[in-house]
Amino acid sequence: MDAIVIQILNGLDKGGAYALIALGLTLAFGTLGIVNFAHGALFMMGAFCAVTVQKLLTISARVRDMSVTFFEAYKETPYLELWWGDTGTTIIEYSVPLSILIAIPVMALVGVVMERGLIRFFYKRTHAEQILVTFGLAIVIQEIIRHFFGANPIPQAIPEIVSGSANVGTMLGLSDTLVYPWWRLIYFCFATVVIGGVFAFLQYTTYGMVVRAGMADRDTVGLLGINIQRRFTIVFALAAVVAGLAGVMYTPVLPPDYHMGMDFLVLSFVVVVVGGMGSLPGAVAAGFLLGILQSFASMNEIKQFLPGIDQIIIYLVAVVIILVRPRGLMGRKGVMES
Amino acid sequence: MSIQSTRKDLLIMAVFTLAVLTMPIWLDPIGAAYPDLLQKFAIFGIFAIGFNILFGLTGYLSFGHAVFLGVGSYSAVWSFKLLTMNVIPAVIAGTLIAGVFAVVIGFLCLRRSGIYFSILTLAFAQMSYNMAYSVLTPITNGETGLQLTQNDPRIFDAAAETTGLPITELFGMKLSGYPGFYFCAVLLIISFFISLRIFRSPFGLKLRAIKSNQVRMNYTGFNTRPYLLAAFVISGMYAGLAGSLMAVTDPLAGAERMQWTASGEVVLMTILGGVGTLIGPLLGAGLIKYFENIFSSYNEQVLHEIFSFLPDLFENIMVFVVNPFVGEGWHLTLGALFMVIVIFLPGGIMEGWTRLIGLFTKDRSKPDNNTPASAKAQTSEG
Amino acid sequence: MEEQKKIVLSVTGVQKTFGGLQALSNINLEIEEGKTHAIIGPNGAGKSTLLNVCVGRLAPDSGTVMFGDTVLTGKTPYEINQIGVARVFQTPEIFPALTLLQNVIIPALAKRDGEFRFNVFNSLSGEKELVAEAESVLEDLGLEDQMHDLSASMSRGDKRRLELAMCLIQHPKLLLLDEPTAGMARHDTNRTIEILKRIKSRGMTKVIIEHDMHVVFSLADHISVLAQGAIIADGTPDDVRGNPKVQEAYLGGAHL
Repeated sequence: MDAIVIQILNGLDKGGAYALIALGLTLAFGTLGIVNFAHGALFMMGAFCAVTVQKLLTISARVRDMSVTFFEAYKETPYLELWWGDTGTTIIEYSVPLSILIAIPVMALVGVVMERGLIRFFYKRTHAEQILVTFGLAIVIQEIIRHFFGANPIPQAIPEIVSGSANVGTMLGLSDTLVYPWWRLIYFCFATVVIGGVFAFLQYTTYGMVVRAGMADRDTVGLLGINIQRRFTIVFALAAVVAGLAGVMYTPVLPPDYHMGMDFLVLSFVVVVVGGMGSLPGAVAAGFLLGILQSFASMNEIKQFLPGIDQIIIYLVAVVIILVRPRGLMGRKGVMES
Repeated sequence: MSIQSTRKDLLIMAVFTLAVLTMPIWLDPIGAAYPDLLQKFAIFGIFAIGFNILFGLTGYLSFGHAVFLGVGSYSAVWSFKLLTMNVIPAVIAGTLIAGVFAVVIGFLCLRRSGIYFSILTLAFAQMSYNMAYSVLTPITNGETGLQLTQNDPRIFDAAAETTGLPITELFGMKLSGYPGFYFCAVLLIISFFISLRIFRSPFGLKLRAIKSNQVRMNYTGFNTRPYLLAAFVISGMYAGLAGSLMAVTDPLAGAERMQWTASGEVVLMTILGGVGTLIGPLLGAGLIKYFENIFSSYNEQVLHEIFSFLPDLFENIMVFVVNPFVGEGWHLTLGALFMVIVIFLPGGIMEGWTRLIGLFTKDRSKPDNNTPASAKAQTSEG
Repeated sequence: MEEQKKIVLSVTGVQKTFGGLQALSNINLEIEEGKTHAIIGPNGAGKSTLLNVCVGRLAPDSGTVMFGDTVLTGKTPYEINQIGVARVFQTPEIFPALTLLQNVIIPALAKRDGEFRFNVFNSLSGEKELVAEAESVLEDLGLEDQMHDLSASMSRGDKRRLELAMCLIQHPKLLLLDEPTAGMARHDTNRTIEILKRIKSRGMTKVIIEHDMHVVFSLADHISVLAQGAIIADGTPDDVRGNPKVQEAYLGGAHL
């Protein structure tokens, strides 16, 4: 029982990341009809927002290290600490959560620029061309990041208060050996909140209604005289923000490097397909499902029977789904079916 | 195209053969005439020609073709390890085993079309890549990559008397340096010839018809799936051949050859040159390998030298601007190029060429013979 | 003479529902060899659905479609084509990326090669008879001037004639035409009627779905009237013209 619960928990944070990325992909595909291979790059850019904020907050001065008394020693101390003492230290500690505030406008801007500058010229072109141009863009973004941040992963600190593990076992009334890192629990909750927010936005705002109508029948919405262009831009920006936030919050779990976008992109596409192209609930459900499935596949007990299964389980599921039920778990009939 | 005379094709083949075999001469002025690079031209040329048979003719965009490249390499190295250092069995093994993989993967992937097909191929590529790194380590030697060792069996070779690692050979001729290039070149010429025949054949026309309108194809009485599978397997075998040649010129194989970015590279080559055209993919492969070679060799130092004729300030600005694109940043150039081509010139260099010709020949008002029409047909396939 | 008639296509008890909507209810239809059989009816009467069932695009819920002695129901479109049924679509389905000549060579290849043939070793330029046949069919339909142009650049009317050429080169035993003149200018329509009349003299059996009464009455030997998924009248043009049920349901009482 414990083993099962812990595997489910293990799958939740990764599943949350998959779900968030897949949600944005689906939004872009469902409303704009765009197959965006650069979506993983957006996730990565979010992560590097956090890296940048951390770097900015820790700009340091060389000061005399007073703890060393035998000779003149110097150490790097962030200005924030010099100016504000403990308050400064706390601000640095909270750099990841603070990054969220920065990432929202930055990613929204990135989304708008990307849609206006590139994507909108590809609405009328074939899916193959969309894949190709966004694939090129993904490479460009990835290489720019590498140029400025280097090739090595950059670890991110988390606030000390959540650095330990939660005693999930006692919370659920199971054995008290069942512990789980706080941050990953937070990531899951965060993902849930963001997903809830997106769904609420789509459900209860006029914008959202137009978007949903657009997903159901794009041509008709265009005919209603609604400024579909502007809505498209906003949807794309929203997708970018969601991917970016997923990236920011994921940095403590996985130190970001320049190719994390590509790694997650392929998986997220698989998630979208499994959930059903164009289905938002499908994307979310499939994200969590595959995250959990992957975590079960990496259990030693299972790897003994099927060596290597953890490496390929997601792709295997995708292949089976596409072949057996091309509309995915929750996709509407007829979307992209041939 | 239907009235193409055989004579014209013979001429194309003759010119092509001559051009390939004299590459060491006419590529010398641009500094590309050394065996290593020439081998790459030939190998990636074969890869791109093969990819074009699938993507160019049928329009099915595979994002997993690097799998066959990797399989070809592994098979060839195993042939070197187990059988003989002669390259003939290695090349045959690489091509055939890649073909077997292509039959299986193609059979499954071709049950879907469009973006689903692309994602299916991508999924298979990722599975193969991940497995090559993990479970299949006994076959692939994992991260180290598969290499030759001195105590490989090599049952057909005489007992090794040398101290170093054996070298690939063709009936006693050592295939390193120029002989290696000529071996690849001959296979490139054969590959090109086969591709030309496919383009001119009823089979090739049917493939293009599938790309143009698959629904009509069905109602015209064709079962399109075997056609697609045949094209997929042929192009998979081309990739296998290219992979085995990689092992011939440098007998080791690693899983990174199967990564999906490697699949992306061949897509780019094909698109850069001109999808669906005969020589476009070859041009694309050549250009990318050539510029990769040049750009990767530059670094900040070299850039400073290049721009040293400018005033200091401008020199520094230029170096700052250009630097991200060279050396390690070659992939940035590649990505940017990819975007520019897809956005502005979806037909690739071949389309650009046709447009350029169009600019210079003013009186195009009436296409009175079939040459302009077939040129039009060529470019519009992109 | 009446006893001699040979049935090419027979539709027996075909039913088809979409969701809750009864698109076809118990359709029985017999198409005689060498005749031009028109199926008319108001919009949404189920004409196109019926045609789609005949060519294997849709599977009926129940009932069978027989072509001579062969059951068509459950067969794939390409199998049905190979048996000898060709179809012209409502919106022209051609190969826009190919030239007109290539467009016509493809179905000729289908007729010769069957469902699949891996013929990579012979060159198309060697297929002299095939090319000659394709050229003569194009000439027959007055498209020979544009033979080497891309079909994407043609007018809509020309595309439809091209599609007709693509069907004719296969010498089908049965030709199904879905509104062959819809959206055509008058003179184009007349031209198409001329062509269809010419084919008729060659004894090819045709089923035409058509809105344009001018076309129907100039071509049809036999007319079936479809309304709300059922056949309400069936007979010679004169029978149908005089049938009050038809006038009421379809023509709203107006005289033909």
